[in-house]
Amino acid sequence: MGKRTQKTARKFDTPHKVFKAFRHGSPLTRLSFLVMGFGQMARGQLAKGLLYMLLQTAFTLFMILFGGRYIAHLFSGNLGAQLSGEIWNEELQIFEKVQGDNSFLILLYGVISLVAIVLFLVVWAANIKGSYENDIRLKNGERVRTFKEDLRTAINERFHIPLLVLPFTGLIVFTVLPLVFMVLIAFTNYDYAHMPPGKLFDWVGLANFKTLFSLSGGATGFAFVFLRVLLWTFVWAFFATFTNYFLGLIVALLIQKKGIRLKALWRTLFVIAIAVPQFVTLLLMQKILDGDGILNKLLGTNILWLADQRYFSLLPRVMIILVNIWIGVPYTLLMCSGILMNIPADYYEAARIDGASPVRIFFAVTLPYMLHVTTPYLITQFVGNINNFNVIWLLTGGGPVDNVYYGGGSQAQSTDLLVTWLYRLTTDQNPKYNVASVIGIVIFVISAVLSLVTYNRTSASKNEGEFQ
Amino acid sequence: MTKTLRTLRKNAANALTYALLATLGVLWVLPIAYLVYTAFRVTPSTGIINSLFPSDLQMGFSNFSRLFSDTMFLRWLGNTLLVSVCSCALTTLFILMVSYALSRLRFKLRKPIMNVLLVLGMFPGFMSMIAVYFILKAMGLTNSLLALILVYSGSGALSYYICKGFFDTIPRAMEEAAILDGASQPIVFWKIILPLAKPIIVYTVLTSFISPWCDFIFVNTIISDRNLYTVSLGLYKMINAEKNSFNDNFTVFCAGAFVVGAIIVTLFMSMQRYYVEGVTSGAVKG
Repeated sequence: MGKRTQKTARKFDTPHKVFKAFRHGSPLTRLSFLVMGFGQMARGQLAKGLLYMLLQTAFTLFMILFGGRYIAHLFSGNLGAQLSGEIWNEELQIFEKVQGDNSFLILLYGVISLVAIVLFLVVWAANIKGSYENDIRLKNGERVRTFKEDLRTAINERFHIPLLVLPFTGLIVFTVLPLVFMVLIAFTNYDYAHMPPGKLFDWVGLANFKTLFSLSGGATGFAFVFLRVLLWTFVWAFFATFTNYFLGLIVALLIQKKGIRLKALWRTLFVIAIAVPQFVTLLLMQKILDGDGILNKLLGTNILWLADQRYFSLLPRVMIILVNIWIGVPYTLLMCSGILMNIPADYYEAARIDGASPVRIFFAVTLPYMLHVTTPYLITQFVGNINNFNVIWLLTGGGPVDNVYYGGGSQAQSTDLLVTWLYRLTTDQNPKYNVASVIGIVIFVISAVLSLVTYNRTSASKNEGEFQ
Repeated sequence: MTKTLRTLRKNAANALTYALLATLGVLWVLPIAYLVYTAFRVTPSTGIINSLFPSDLQMGFSNFSRLFSDTMFLRWLGNTLLVSVCSCALTTLFILMVSYALSRLRFKLRKPIMNVLLVLGMFPGFMSMIAVYFILKAMGLTNSLLALILVYSGSGALSYYICKGFFDTIPRAMEEAAILDGASQPIVFWKIILPLAKPIIVYTVLTSFISPWCDFIFVNTIISDRNLYTVSLGLYKMINAEKNSFNDNFTVFCAGAFVVGAIIVTLFMSMQRYYVEGVTSGAVKG
């Protein structure tokens, strides 16, 4: 089935490339380059042709009334020059109110218009391919396809198109568009000193990358801060991932141990923790561990569990990892017990006959099997922990600010991960969207490298069809 | 002799295991117990208490009556329910469609699309939050529940992996037979693949239903009208809005958390079998 679709798709697609259509196409097809749907209309495909024409009209109107202005602005070299305000009109001898530019809207609407152009080009190419297909069909003595036949193709050989249209519209509007926009922000000076409409921002090239990665003279270079945050992000991700994993595995093994009764009860004790939404447990833990919290009251101590600044804020860091163990172990417990049951009994049998001790069996059979099966899971967990906003933000809020140098204006704090730093930079009273955007790109690069390397090394990607 | 020694050792090991499990179990249950205990604690009603069982301790349901009468909790509950039902329906639909297309169909752009989705998923979600906010503003949708539904389900297709993993394991022979009998692709999708995919559908429905109950960052950016809060943002604001709100509202907060927890537990308990099946069938495959 799969092969057949592939073959038909290729047979129809390759000869209909746009440039071929231009070279070998009939005059009607060439006219379709300018007037969409012409080739279809002239061959009697009325509905299809009309749809194309409508689309072209709509797009043209959109560009004239809206998009064109912003795209022109986008490529004019600056993101607006005219501030709103009052301008002296010489002729009328009065001050006139002028609606100024807004860099933010220029950039946002510019990006929206660019995406609209890309989408339009896709439809445009489809229009030409369709017309050229008609040329070939007529040349071969076939008749052009009716609208009904087109629809039938759409739900059979090209069923992926109706399936993917809606989800991808959502993705484009709520993921791709905002992402392109924020990536572009990394190349501007959009911060608290350049907030439209009061002040405009503009392109600054790679200046923000320089700010983040260089050490030049304290106030401007964040390199030191960046390295600290990056280092802690990795340390945190490492501990958060592996403590959860191994503790979950150990608890799962304990529960599954032969001769232990009430297995369901033990499992439930841990799994109850999953029931309460994470942010609730985190807020609760934060209140329990607070300076005035119940833990200090019970112990009769006065320890700042989440705010002690000594030794590079060591105590808060440890507490965060401990709380994360409490939150994460139930999940890994569930997953590990599922996989442990799948380990073939022969492996254990063989090991026991060889006289291996339980510890030996764990290291020679259980652990290798688990690691082999769960490597993809571990990687996604690691990447997930690099981006684990909730735990840090709700427990310490990124703080405390210890007395180590944090770079003037970097706004980073001791337990900040890259993500929480990014978040603070965008929600602070003095936001620095530009630097936040660069940090976002850095996070992306780290996650992408980690995921792609492992994704391609696991067998999951190579043998995706092995069970079919 | 050796036999008794062995049973002795076995018993000791078991006792040790029991002790360890009991200690850990208590550690894991304690915070939850504290939450439940506080939810039912009438006096002292402040967040600050000096001992676990103060002398003026009184238990009762007044936190719950305060929760439903003094705060807008009931309304927030309704909002959350509406948002999660709608976004869960949309997300599940999107995920099923994308998974089916990428798993069962073969077309030219399949691999590139999978790579693009992989890459898109790697950007931290709230890097683009401000841009999302302004796009919604341009659409005139800020401060509406529709905006939340769109945002939650709009990027839903990105988490299609587990579902696709499941579809990958369904034998091709099933649909080939149907196609030989003249079934069209939508029929194959609807009548053959979907019924087989029940565990993964339940899993997808559950996970996408839960997420609006737990997110408060996006709600915080998009919604500023108290009437439109979801429970998570409402609870968060209850103890974080002002300096004294923690002391005033902590017991009520715990009552609210208890209600939300109870809803989620009921949901999971009734669907547990499918949930575990879903996780183990699609997720972990080395």
